[in-house]
Amino acid sequence: MAEKRLTGEQQAAYWHKTRNLMWVILAAWFIFSFVVHFFAPQLNKIHILGFPLGYYMAAQGSLIAFVLMCVWNARSQDAIDREFGVQDE
Amino acid sequence: MAAMQGGFLANLGKVYGIYTGTFVGFTVFIGILEVFGVPNRILGYLFIFLTIGVYALIGYLARTSEVSEYYVAGRSVPAFYNGMATGADWMSAASFIGMAGSLYFGGYGGLAFVLGWTGGYVLVSILMAPYLRKFGQFTVPDFFSARYGGNVARGLAVIVLITASFVYVVAQIVGVGIITARFLDIGFEIACFVGLIGILVCSMLGGMKAVTWTQVAQYIILIIAYLIPVIVMSAKVTGVPIPQLMYGQALEKIEVLEKTLGVTQPYTAAFVDARGNYSPVAMWNYFALILCLMVGTASLPHILMRYFTTPSVKQARDSVAWSLFFIFLLYFTAPAYAAFAKLEVYQDVIGQPIAQLPAWVASWGKIGLVGACDAANASEIYKLCAGVKGNGDGILQLSEFRLHTDAVVLATPEIAGLPYVISGLVAAGGLAAALSTADGLLLAIANALSHDIYYKMIDPNADTKRRLVISRALLALVAVVAAYVAGTLGADILFLVSWAFSIAAAGLFAGLVLGIWWKRAGNAAGIAGMVVGFGLCMFFLLATEFYGPWVKASMSWMGDINIVKIRGRDVAYIWGINNISVGIFGIPAAFLAMIVAGYMSKPASREMQDFIDSIRTPSGSVRNVEAAH
Repeated sequence: MAEKRLTGEQQAAYWHKTRNLMWVILAAWFIFSFVVHFFAPQLNKIHILGFPLGYYMAAQGSLIAFVLMCVWNARSQDAIDREFGVQDE
Repeated sequence: MAAMQGGFLANLGKVYGIYTGTFVGFTVFIGILEVFGVPNRILGYLFIFLTIGVYALIGYLARTSEVSEYYVAGRSVPAFYNGMATGADWMSAASFIGMAGSLYFGGYGGLAFVLGWTGGYVLVSILMAPYLRKFGQFTVPDFFSARYGGNVARGLAVIVLITASFVYVVAQIVGVGIITARFLDIGFEIACFVGLIGILVCSMLGGMKAVTWTQVAQYIILIIAYLIPVIVMSAKVTGVPIPQLMYGQALEKIEVLEKTLGVTQPYTAAFVDARGNYSPVAMWNYFALILCLMVGTASLPHILMRYFTTPSVKQARDSVAWSLFFIFLLYFTAPAYAAFAKLEVYQDVIGQPIAQLPAWVASWGKIGLVGACDAANASEIYKLCAGVKGNGDGILQLSEFRLHTDAVVLATPEIAGLPYVISGLVAAGGLAAALSTADGLLLAIANALSHDIYYKMIDPNADTKRRLVISRALLALVAVVAAYVAGTLGADILFLVSWAFSIAAAGLFAGLVLGIWWKRAGNAAGIAGMVVGFGLCMFFLLATEFYGPWVKASMSWMGDINIVKIRGRDVAYIWGINNISVGIFGIPAAFLAMIVAGYMSKPASREMQDFIDSIRTPSGSVRNVEAAH
């Protein structure tokens, strides 16, 4: 397999994009892990289908968000890899 | 063998499809046996021995004499199946049987486990898995050695790995022992060793390759077994068989019943103390536990090494998403179990005349999982009633009712009016959960000893055959030691699981993350991070747990320290923080130590920075630093 190596500049640009994606998802992770639940006592006053909203967010809402974040990361990072031609399959 | 292997990998869908169908057919067959009057005890035996038999068969078929198959399943596990295997690897007896019970008792507070044991995968996905897969060696200590200059870092990583994983695996074997003891009706110590055989048949011959394909099989059993009882329960209580949506109705009814029963700490209320008042300490403990569990997820080697087995970096990332999806299926169902059980108890048990209690109270009471403690001599019938004083008025009051954590999942089939065959299925599921996690952990420990200590540090010239013989011998040895410790210490050590997360998080997380994301970090930084993080974490853990009064007397300069009587000891709570979240001290300390040492020592070499660039990029070869030395 012919080895494709990025130039220093390309490597920097590639990592810049990868790092930005990481920070954005890390922020989303922080919000759904901590910030949302900080307001649980207030959210609990709202009921949807019987669920107090604060309870629901910890039991289901954040979990769905976590799954979506992993899918989001896999897709976006793959797009970045393809843009720079460094995908490995 | 190579041709067969290709055939197997090409037909995974078919193989596991047929397997699932056969398992369902087998369950139906046992159901028919039950109708014909075969005793429950025999049905329990059939479930346990046949499932262990299947795992053993897979373990045997996947035997291997190749090093890369033994350590990383030949890097041929597709993302989807690696996701299932990780799900089984991840979900232990504590998740399967214990978690719904913790939610039953803890209400909102218990959700820290649901959040903490899922959210960490986001960190694995964005910070770790793709880069470790690209690095492409066999173990997590391999990474520390390559990144932080050799065997000192490797040795430290091995120490953290073994401490965390051993604590964890002992708890798993306790789980295996409890389930085996209950369904085979044998003593706990013997059950631990019977379970041990179940664990070793999966992993001895085929290492990671065998463990992977048994874990996929175990995931299928555990998820079927977990979902069926609660689906039927939901249909029975609400008329709709989607428990995850319908338990909102149960929560609503619980709220109403709490007022009539005079419950002071509402089930769904967030951050409240026993009297129902807002409590900041409850909130800080909640968030501290979430953080430790999540960061621990992203540091536990038995999970990280699963992502060494995918064919590509892309599939490692996809695989994290699949893993979390398969884990999510169980974790978003657990609160439904708890809510339906709570409703059943509030509605049909509390306030009822003793003579009219549902049948499950008596049948699970006999084996010590439930206690109806109204009568003065109740403890003669119900073991759980020891020390509870009932008022003897013939009615069961809230304060007279006792329930064991494990009963919530185990008794649900019976509460929902399902035949015994479903209880047997749940036992098989719980066993699958405990065995698969124990397997993953044992393999992580044995590989660290055989690959990192023996091959890399003691005898680098050992040939393949010798390395595999040593690996297998160490695997069996570690398993026997763990089973011995589990059998001796007994069942009250399940809180060890949370400690394992804190230990791994404090010892390994900073080194892994900054190793990939901070090029400047040199050898001194990596070593400082591990020593400080792990050292501080272990110090606080042991001091607060075993020397609580000393901590209170000599460390009051840190702030508020109080003593709580728990687990038969005087345990110190610093700032009100429960020591299961002890990683809260170690994790930031490790980062701080790495950053200080990183800036004080010289930056990583040019070759090292090249190496980091090469693991950051999915394509191309990994530039070898060890050769550049």
